[in-house]
Amino acid sequence: MDVRVLFFARSRELAGTSEASVTLEPGSTTTVLLQQLLQKYPQLQELQGSFVFSLNQEYLAPGEEQPLKGGDEVAVIPPISGG
Amino acid sequence: MSSSEELQRLRAENEALRAELAALKRSQQPPAAQAPAAAPAANGGGAACPAFAPWDGMHHGLDKEQISRYSRQIILHSFGVQAQARLCRGSVLIIGAGGLGSPAALYLAAAGVGRLGIVDRDVVELSNIHRQVIHKEASVGVHKALSAAEACRALNSSILVETYLEGLKPDNAVELISEYDVIVDASDNAPTRYLISDACCVARRPLVSGAAIGTDGQLTVYCHGEDGPCYRCLFPESPAAGNCARCVDAGVLGVVPGVIGTLQALEAVKLLSGVGDTLSRRLLAIDCAAGRFHSVKLRAKSPACIACGTSPTITAATLPSYDYAAFTGQAAANDAAPAPLQLIPRGERITPRELQQRLAAEPGALVLDVRPLEQFNICHLPGAMHTPYKYFDRHLDAIRTRLGASAAAQPATAAGAANAAAAGDTAAEQNGTDTASSPPFYVVCRRGNDSQRALAALRRAGISQGIDVVGGMEGWAREVDTSFPTY
Repeated sequence: MDVRVLFFARSRELAGTSEASVTLEPGSTTTVLLQQLLQKYPQLQELQGSFVFSLNQEYLAPGEEQPLKGGDEVAVIPPISGG
Repeated sequence: MSSSEELQRLRAENEALRAELAALKRSQQPPAAQAPAAAPAANGGGAACPAFAPWDGMHHGLDKEQISRYSRQIILHSFGVQAQARLCRGSVLIIGAGGLGSPAALYLAAAGVGRLGIVDRDVVELSNIHRQVIHKEASVGVHKALSAAEACRALNSSILVETYLEGLKPDNAVELISEYDVIVDASDNAPTRYLISDACCVARRPLVSGAAIGTDGQLTVYCHGEDGPCYRCLFPESPAAGNCARCVDAGVLGVVPGVIGTLQALEAVKLLSGVGDTLSRRLLAIDCAAGRFHSVKLRAKSPACIACGTSPTITAATLPSYDYAAFTGQAAANDAAPAPLQLIPRGERITPRELQQRLAAEPGALVLDVRPLEQFNICHLPGAMHTPYKYFDRHLDAIRTRLGASAAAQPATAAGAANAAAAGDTAAEQNGTDTASSPPFYVVCRRGNDSQRALAALRRAGISQGIDVVGGMEGWAREVDTSFPTY
């Protein structure tokens, strides 16, 4: 199954793309997806987990694990501080 | 009830009583004694028509001029005269008169918010104005809070605009924030963002938080209602300093803070007027390059939060001594230059003036410019090799090749070294055996920090004959060539 990943701000710079499609084994969870993202884009480790991670536009707490299904959309949103 | 809430309640009660009194006076006074604003008909040749007291059955307290000025939003079906009256009685503190604060302050002044506070501590620079549209060319060098206040008063002379020129600090934050109904975070750095959020938790004030960098923006309302989360609930750990790019380093497309600051004004209007749904418990992230607006539903505040949880350790008593610089690893700096790095000993670096002398004495000497491409493209020294620090590892082989070519092309290296010594440098003898095999080369960046980091990386890679230039291209523009553009 495929899920869509949106990268915002610094995560987009680190991943080098604003969105990506990730293919996962059926039954995979958000934890598995995060592991795969860090393997595919090791530069994301620089964020040290300091970002908002959302599934279908709902916030997931750090460490929270949710089942995924095909077509789900997750977003990586690190804080920005400029103004 | 805290004293600030009591104060707020009394203010509201006072306003309501004043409105009632004004309405009573209007209904009892003879036409000749009416306030000028309420009796234009008497001056307009309508003396034959007896003036009558306008009926303010809603006790909104707005006068004729206010109703005229704000009429387009007063007649809006979902807004109305009471919502406008709440704006006119309300107050907003805008922290930062920059890219976000500019549109926020202008729209809130125009909308008739009765009292605006503007906090900043910088002066206007020419490089601010592409996004900080509240300031004018003539305001360059003027304090930002004063410049912004003047622009607000020019838009709307009927509101009160207060300025705070010292910036927000832990020892004044709670007191200042307590004096306003709604707080707008239009600041530009992580320590100030945590300070504002913490102070809003302590003072129980809703916080409209906006941020923008590059082509990205973020917006949310924190500390609102009983269960609205704060900035710390979302980001309990401060992001690494390297991930908090500043406009001065990373750049920002001017209209992006314009979009976010305008949305901040909108959220403040909704909070004050009570009209509409605010972005409390929702985070809006926008990617202006992709044209994507993405909204994320947030959780209620975290019980474990040290600022707004069930047993907070950040309180009115502890906040003033909290070390925000230590927590975030960053000073509350803004567009100022970063502190000079001392990675390479001063004796192993040369000044821009010395660089000029050496380049004159060593034709063809290699200059590595490690600035990002966008900055390199603005202007660079003739013949400089572009090896951006961000991708420095990728350039090591090319640098080796180029140095090898230089060594082959300049067998009389000793002459180069002698010239360098004659130029009065202090770094000629520090390069050991490598200096004998190839001529020295020079490393420059914008201000002299990244060039030291690049030089350290070169030395780790066994390339040791590089010499750092103190102050980088900004130093070159100051000391050698004043026509060299700075940015």
